[in-house]
Amino acid sequence: MTSEELKITITELLPTASFEEGGEWLNINIDPTDWQLFAQQLRTNESLYFDYLFCVTCIDWKTHLTMVYHLSSTKFRHNIVVKSKLDKVNPVIETACSIWRTANFHEREVYEMFGVHFNNHPDLRLLILPDGWEGKNPLLKDFEDPINMIKL
Amino acid sequence: MVEEIGTTTEGDLIINVGPQHPATHGVLHLLITLNGETIKKVEPHLGYIHRSIEKMCESLTYRQFIYVTSRMDYLSSHINNHGCTLCVEKGLQIEVPPRAKVIRILLDELTRIASHELWWGAMAMDLGAFTPFFHAFREREAINEIMEETCGARLTMNYIVPGGLMQDIHPNFQKKVKEFISLYKLKIGEYAELVTGNIIFQNRMKGVGYLSPEDAVSFGCTGPTARGSGVSCDIRKLYPYDGYDNLQFDEVLETAGDSFARYMVRIREMNESIRIIEQLIDTIPDGDFVAKTKVVLKLPKGEFYTRVETARGELGIFIVSEGGTTPYRIKFRSPGFSNLSALDHMARGSKLGDMVAMMGTLDLVIPDIDR
Repeated sequence: MTSEELKITITELLPTASFEEGGEWLNINIDPTDWQLFAQQLRTNESLYFDYLFCVTCIDWKTHLTMVYHLSSTKFRHNIVVKSKLDKVNPVIETACSIWRTANFHEREVYEMFGVHFNNHPDLRLLILPDGWEGKNPLLKDFEDPINMIKL
Repeated sequence: MVEEIGTTTEGDLIINVGPQHPATHGVLHLLITLNGETIKKVEPHLGYIHRSIEKMCESLTYRQFIYVTSRMDYLSSHINNHGCTLCVEKGLQIEVPPRAKVIRILLDELTRIASHELWWGAMAMDLGAFTPFFHAFREREAINEIMEETCGARLTMNYIVPGGLMQDIHPNFQKKVKEFISLYKLKIGEYAELVTGNIIFQNRMKGVGYLSPEDAVSFGCTGPTARGSGVSCDIRKLYPYDGYDNLQFDEVLETAGDSFARYMVRIREMNESIRIIEQLIDTIPDGDFVAKTKVVLKLPKGEFYTRVETARGELGIFIVSEGGTTPYRIKFRSPGFSNLSALDHMARGSKLGDMVAMMGTLDLVIPDIDR
């Protein structure tokens, strides 16, 4: 499907979604509370069939965080980007583990690096950081480590 | 983590594989729960070689950050550089000269062969055959010499700049590559004789670590790991870059989904890479090897994503730019990270002795997983 066709189908599924122009792929902004149901629809809808979640990450915009999900379909070969704005102080979003199993590791990474809490995640523990890590989440913009220099 | 050694309340044994273990090829720590000899659960613990490359890149310019990525998947360092450069070029809309494109692809494919050679030798060694390692290194050495002559380095090439290449190829390049091709064709038969056709080896690989096509997609597996399950995911075919669409080569697919299928994909992929090199080596176009670019690069505000096919699978580079000289945020979607997440699913129910075969055919490179 082209971006225009995707736009029409997605608007039918989620009327509150807004779109961003200019990118390579269709960018969809959604409310974090819609994510669980919307993700389910993206995966199961016969004409969308987004079965391949290839990148999950987060961006710290200082005033808020943005979750970014890159999705692709191995059947139709179309791609979309789903974004969701999260609160800086208490970032919470539903997990996508039960829909795409790759989300398990990717969400654990985002959890430790950005402090985003994923509701209903089966195994939300530290993956890369050492056990008993205290202090801020390393990929946040205001993180500073006096011992191990990261800034150049 | 250490206190988890011992037995669980159900009487299962917990053992640690790594972080210092010869079969993990790096510092990977696996916590394996065993019932007798049957694996119940595999829990990877990462981070022993985490250098926070994503954070580091936030304070490096668009010319500098490319070379840090050589240290991610050090066996496909040239392809990592290639992907990052493509992303910068996409943002700046730089047209790369045809000569640079062809040389990039040639080096990409040589890197892929070198990576698969090392994997082949190391995997056979994990399974108890020591001799193949020397055979693999004989051919790999020939590639490393080509790289050393042209790029100045054997492992972390750092040969690409936005717009083309850092310098032109060495005058001996074409001759040396042709010599390598004839060496490869002479010796590749030994691989089949030594390992592929060996009945003990086949018994250890066939039916071990089955991954269904649906699971492969769901776990985000890419590269030979997914292609061994019959999932078509070769970025060079699906989203061609730098002229891969003009070349004649096949995407290697196997359908069995077990360790032997993944093994065969990599062996056959080396032959496809040789095919690509043969098409290009005599027809490297003349002209500039680098396009004219500004000294200070500034990507326009926006988000840029590129993907390339490394020796291990799909590498994604996601750059968020605020219009400055450094990226606001970079995310590397590394193939090894997703491939590793399928290990637990694959290993459940199989014997501990098969673990090495599964890890071997996933072709894990730990710095690529940790970043």
